[in-house]
Amino acid sequence: MLSTVSLSVNGRPVAAQVEARTLLVHLLREHLRLTGTHVGCETAQCGACTVHLDGAPVKACSMLAVQASGASILTIEGVAAANGDLHPMQAAFRQHHGLQCGFCTPGMIMMALDIVERHPDPTEAQIREGLQGNFCRCTGYHNIVNAVKAGAAALRHTTSPTQGGQRHSQLAARRREER
Amino acid sequence: MTASPIGARVERKEDYRFLTGSGRYTDDIALERQTHAAFLRSPHAHATIRRIDCGRAQAAPGVLAVYTGADLPESVGGLPCGWLITDVHAQPMREPKHPLLAQGKVRYVGDHVAVVIAETLAQAKDAAELIEVDYEVLPAVVEAADARKPGKPAVHEIAPDNTCYVWALGDKAAVNKAFAQAAHVTKLQFVNNRLVPNAMEPRAAIASYSRADESYTLYVTSQNPHMARLLLSAFVLGIPEHRLRVIAPDVGGGFGSKIFVYAEEAVLTWAAKHVNRPVKWTADRGEAFTSDAHGRDHVTSAELALDAHGRFLAMRVMTTANLGAYLSTFASCVPTILYATLLAGQYTTPAIYCEVTGVFTNTAPVDAYRGAGRPEATYVVERLVSAAAREMNIPDPEIRRRNFVKTFPYQTPVALCYDTGDYEATLSAAIELADVAGFEARRREAAARGKLRGIGYATYIEACGLAPSNIAGALGARAGLYEAGEVRVHPTGKVTVFTGSHSHGQGHETTFAQVVAGRLGIAVDDVEIVHGDTGRVLFGMGTYGSRSLAVGGGAIVKALDKVIAKGKKIAAHLMETTESAVEFADGKFSVGPDKSLSFVQVALAAYVPHNYPLETLEPGLNENAFYDPTNFTFPAGSHICEVEIDPDTGATRVVDFTAVDDFGNIVNPMIVEGQVHGGIAQGIGQALIEGCVYDRDSGQLLTGSYMDYAMPRAHDLPSFKVGYEVTPCTHNPLGVKGCGEAGAIGAPAAVVNAVLDALAPLGVTDIEMPATAARVWRAIQDAGREQAA
Repeated sequence: MLSTVSLSVNGRPVAAQVEARTLLVHLLREHLRLTGTHVGCETAQCGACTVHLDGAPVKACSMLAVQASGASILTIEGVAAANGDLHPMQAAFRQHHGLQCGFCTPGMIMMALDIVERHPDPTEAQIREGLQGNFCRCTGYHNIVNAVKAGAAALRHTTSPTQGGQRHSQLAARRREER
Repeated sequence: MTASPIGARVERKEDYRFLTGSGRYTDDIALERQTHAAFLRSPHAHATIRRIDCGRAQAAPGVLAVYTGADLPESVGGLPCGWLITDVHAQPMREPKHPLLAQGKVRYVGDHVAVVIAETLAQAKDAAELIEVDYEVLPAVVEAADARKPGKPAVHEIAPDNTCYVWALGDKAAVNKAFAQAAHVTKLQFVNNRLVPNAMEPRAAIASYSRADESYTLYVTSQNPHMARLLLSAFVLGIPEHRLRVIAPDVGGGFGSKIFVYAEEAVLTWAAKHVNRPVKWTADRGEAFTSDAHGRDHVTSAELALDAHGRFLAMRVMTTANLGAYLSTFASCVPTILYATLLAGQYTTPAIYCEVTGVFTNTAPVDAYRGAGRPEATYVVERLVSAAAREMNIPDPEIRRRNFVKTFPYQTPVALCYDTGDYEATLSAAIELADVAGFEARRREAAARGKLRGIGYATYIEACGLAPSNIAGALGARAGLYEAGEVRVHPTGKVTVFTGSHSHGQGHETTFAQVVAGRLGIAVDDVEIVHGDTGRVLFGMGTYGSRSLAVGGGAIVKALDKVIAKGKKIAAHLMETTESAVEFADGKFSVGPDKSLSFVQVALAAYVPHNYPLETLEPGLNENAFYDPTNFTFPAGSHICEVEIDPDTGATRVVDFTAVDDFGNIVNPMIVEGQVHGGIAQGIGQALIEGCVYDRDSGQLLTGSYMDYAMPRAHDLPSFKVGYEVTPCTHNPLGVKGCGEAGAIGAPAAVVNAVLDALAPLGVTDIEMPATAARVWRAIQDAGREQAA
């Protein structure tokens, strides 16, 4: 039996017919063809599937699509500016070589955005703590930590954030209101 | 003139797509009318299949086909092993058939029993659960040390004692003689723990068949698509090689595990023709744990003989290597050719003997994992050396210095000839970078906090740049190990390079572009690197063994030399001079000081051949080359690790890690540092937390998910200190040696030596990897009891 799920993804309203057992990550990848959100495990351990749901990071492999009904989802595809310019956090990952194979990268970026939301000037320990739920097998995390630090600094000094950055801040503001 | 980009920290060209979610990994691809496959896998380590009933599965909604081993025709072969090892009696290794789907027997948990192809993945998975298999469960043999014990079940009939080979290297008599004269002998037993590679992208494949032109296309998570095409077409499926196109698109990490040809992609390719629809399969993480080829898994007894001054006289190493249930593609050479040859390390040990027994067990196949044989060898050598240093009261750096190879080329007693290196330089630089001088103060400070702090050293050598084909062939390789490259210069002077190397995180699209741009004097952005597609790249042997830049780069440079040579001919014609009068430098073809043509002008002329002397000069500017190295490359370095241990809990943290490596010339230091970091992380993982565990009796995989297998997380690791010394490789065109595996090779021994240094005051002299908190705590308790007794 199919259910209809309606939600907002990267600022656009979408609706899809899904099986009750369809996971949020499969809704994104298979139904909406947003394949930047990856599946690295099915046990909420690796974080490759991290997206923001109403401003908070969630693991899209461990949530049913129907549970996201009515929510606002931000995926990696919605982080850069509309013209394709990288968000300062994405640019920091490139500048500091915070990615190699790229498979964990979308989840890392989504988590990094949440870390800097909570800690605008994060320490190395806060960054490592914040990345606990995201595996990277390539980088040894060293350059990811540097990238998050640099991305945080860039965001602190950015007067005109990119569209993605604004969207993220708005979502975060909404999350704070809901709390 | 453009400043040469070689040696610059150029940001990666591939990053934009990965950062924005627009990478294209195999599972991201959806083909028209695609179907989905689910594999039914054995729940038993060893069982006879009495009967399989697929009736209910076949009738399930959405199911197109269900296949078992019985459905595969005789013409479909098993998965081949690429390296023939000849044993101590000059007999070939025992090579059991490796069927794509079980033929009457299953031999490990996760072995492939059947495949269901259905309209949706959920339907395929649901139907797979409806297949009824009547198993007669057999006793299993799981651990390497148990495999040859009397009364153990045979995994294969052709190897009743579970022995694939007993292989040896070195002069046994010379070693025995040296041990008889030794002033000191250090002896240790090691387990090199079994690991699961765990690339973050699980293996995946999509196979399709076109009836119109009788051709197959296979998208697959592969580190070497041409090898996959050759093996699948000629050896497994018996289909024409030119009608199979293999594409390895963006691949999310490999670490060795995606070198091999696996049953799933072979079955999918075969099935795509039969269902006449594309068939897609993506491993879930549980399947990755049970069916990806694992790494390491040695049991070793090793001895080092020394004279009274701490000089190494001889080494004797007896290893049993677990090969798993079947021989994976390179399984046989990893614990032999890539292991025993490295036992000289950085030292002048004059006599070495190593005997390796490769055994079959009811576990997943074991094959190359980052370092492949070399971490195992380094662990043996460096644990022995540090143990000897402690026993003989010689400082760790000093015992190494007394034994370093200092003159090159150096012929080891275990077949390799090191071309160049400066081991003293890397060790001294590491000691400085690690601030070893301040260690005792740090130890005291830690003690004041109730922590035990220790320092550990490892110097390593690796043989990379696999491999001179003549040497590889003499050692049993069933393939050449050259690389291919093609340089296509477009009329506007932009360049597309096709390489047989494959990037699955290494950044070839950037590093190779830097090499090409530097040689041609053009901008990095004017160079595009194409890899991973047998339909576009002429040939390739792929990426593993830190070979891409050393061998693949060599092929590109050879092709570039041909491009420049032809460019000189064109320039000579245009400038009305002789070819020998034309110089090429900084992107210009010049004759004397005043006359020159830019690379772009010559490229254009190649494609607009007005007034061309067509009888002596062909239009166009496109060259290809195969490069076969004349020797291995020998990256080497020194790693220094500091750990802190909480004696109450055994919890061990790496608090400082320094690596100073010699990779020869460096094209992009940013990328090289990233490779080193990642390798160190995997090495620390092996040393402290990672371990693949099967139940010793039942053969059930106990570490089958991330809930059970400890992957290093950000919080488990420190930031690293990385430095370089450079002695350029003497025999490849770029003077490069390879950097991909170094961290994983040096780190385990450095970490464990640090743990043992921290625990030495308590009387602990040995600990097994992974040195988990539980093991460290136990070692502390046991040592305490021994001292009390």
